Amino acid sequence: MTRLQLTPDGRLKHLLTLEGLPETLLHRIFELADSFLEVSTRSVKKVPLLRGKSVFNLFFENSTRTRTTFEIAAARLSADVINLNIATSSTAKGESLLDTVDNLAAMMADMFVIRHAAAGAPVRIAQHLAERGQTHISVLNAGDGRHAHPTQGLLDMYTIRHYKREFTHLSVAIVGDVLHSRVARSEISALSALGVPDIRVAGPKTLLPKELSALGVTVTHDLDEALDGVDVIMMLRLQNERMHGSFISSVAEYHECWGLTPERLKRAKPNAIVMHPGPMNRGVEIASSVADGPQSVILPQVTFGIAVRMAVFALLADVAPGAAA
Amino acid sequence: MSLASLPLQIPPAEELYIQLRTAFFAVWESYDALVGIHTGGAWLAERLHTDIGGSLPLGRLDVSFYRDDLARRGLARHAVRPSDLPFAVEGARILLIDDVLYTGRTVRAALNELFDYGRPKMVRLAVLVDRGGRELPIAADLCPWRADPPLPPPYRLELTRRQDATFTWELSS
Repeated sequence: MTRLQLTPDGRLKHLLTLEGLPETLLHRIFELADSFLEVSTRSVKKVPLLRGKSVFNLFFENSTRTRTTFEIAAARLSADVINLNIATSSTAKGESLLDTVDNLAAMMADMFVIRHAAAGAPVRIAQHLAERGQTHISVLNAGDGRHAHPTQGLLDMYTIRHYKREFTHLSVAIVGDVLHSRVARSEISALSALGVPDIRVAGPKTLLPKELSALGVTVTHDLDEALDGVDVIMMLRLQNERMHGSFISSVAEYHECWGLTPERLKRAKPNAIVMHPGPMNRGVEIASSVADGPQSVILPQVTFGIAVRMAVFALLADVAPGAAA
Repeated sequence: MSLASLPLQIPPAEELYIQLRTAFFAVWESYDALVGIHTGGAWLAERLHTDIGGSLPLGRLDVSFYRDDLARRGLARHAVRPSDLPFAVEGARILLIDDVLYTGRTVRAALNELFDYGRPKMVRLAVLVDRGGRELPIAADLCPWRADPPLPPPYRLELTRRQDATFTWELSS
């Protein structure tokens, strides 16, 4: 997959996963995001970098929030953004995924932003485009099943970099429903690549995948232990659909054991930051007073998310055919 | 191509800076702000700013996102810096500063970026060298040296800043 998403000279062709992305490329994305963050503070929030490019948002799984952030990022780069509401389009009439992609490629798309419930769908689409010789089109994974959500991982890393500057001395706790989270995998890959020495993952046994310790992280089933002296707390969303299944016994019990409360937060360093990818379940994985408290950086994460997505778009556009080395 | 075969001699950057500064001292009071183009122009602007005792606000533009040749040249290889204009562009008389005027495309990009912040009352351009080879109707108002004949295209001429903040040219081909 690494081979698919990088050009032979090491530039970003597609963004499918954070696994295998070189640290230098991550830092390049962060530096560009710094500049795009400045663009977003102007009265005219727009630069002409992607003028004339067509970005297609293909959301096979609904996520208004994520779609909107990609839409804003593309618009601020002056790209034309086309949103496809897949539920009411041809796929509902039985057209296959790859037929849809071929049709959009014929409409001279430059980039596809893809959200799909099936893990691997963006990779399959990128491979298909290569087979069809549509090598000018870039694919950006906006979340595929339980597999990956690379831009969320990047914006989380950017947030940590913003508040903590360096990665190489940090202790980071990832807490909650890791099993169903595509964010957690992307985060663990990126944290490791950036040299974070202490990555702790905590959650109930039913919500932690078994292969976790192979990723070089410390796994614990005790929240207090996970939070002890950490610099960064990354809370995961408890997926609504899991709340009534056999994964947890009750929402109240989940909050009791795994919810981040002000008392629990005291176990972390006094200047620890609290992150959450949103949307939050207040009173479930996170107490309102923590979510709205001084250590919360949840809303800055949203702002940074736009700048980071702009940076990714810019790098993808940068490998247009004919681009000089 | 060796430097010895150059059809012209480029004056030392420090010498040109002193000349530019002299011209600038005569006119700076008719401006409201200085804006340097990253990187060479930003260094020049910084030094002019210091040499007038910081009397005008100083801004910096990185025009990487405004270039018209992304598909041909790719995104800037240098680390892109956030632009910073700590004054109101609307209605301001701005002196835009770059090290070398060549095709005019960088200045075009800088003008577009400036206008995204507001409508300046006036923009003038100061450079150390006009190397010839313009592709757009853009000219420098302050310019201590114009290459005649133009510096041939294979040469790259860039300002560099020494440890002690003085300037020197880097010429490569």
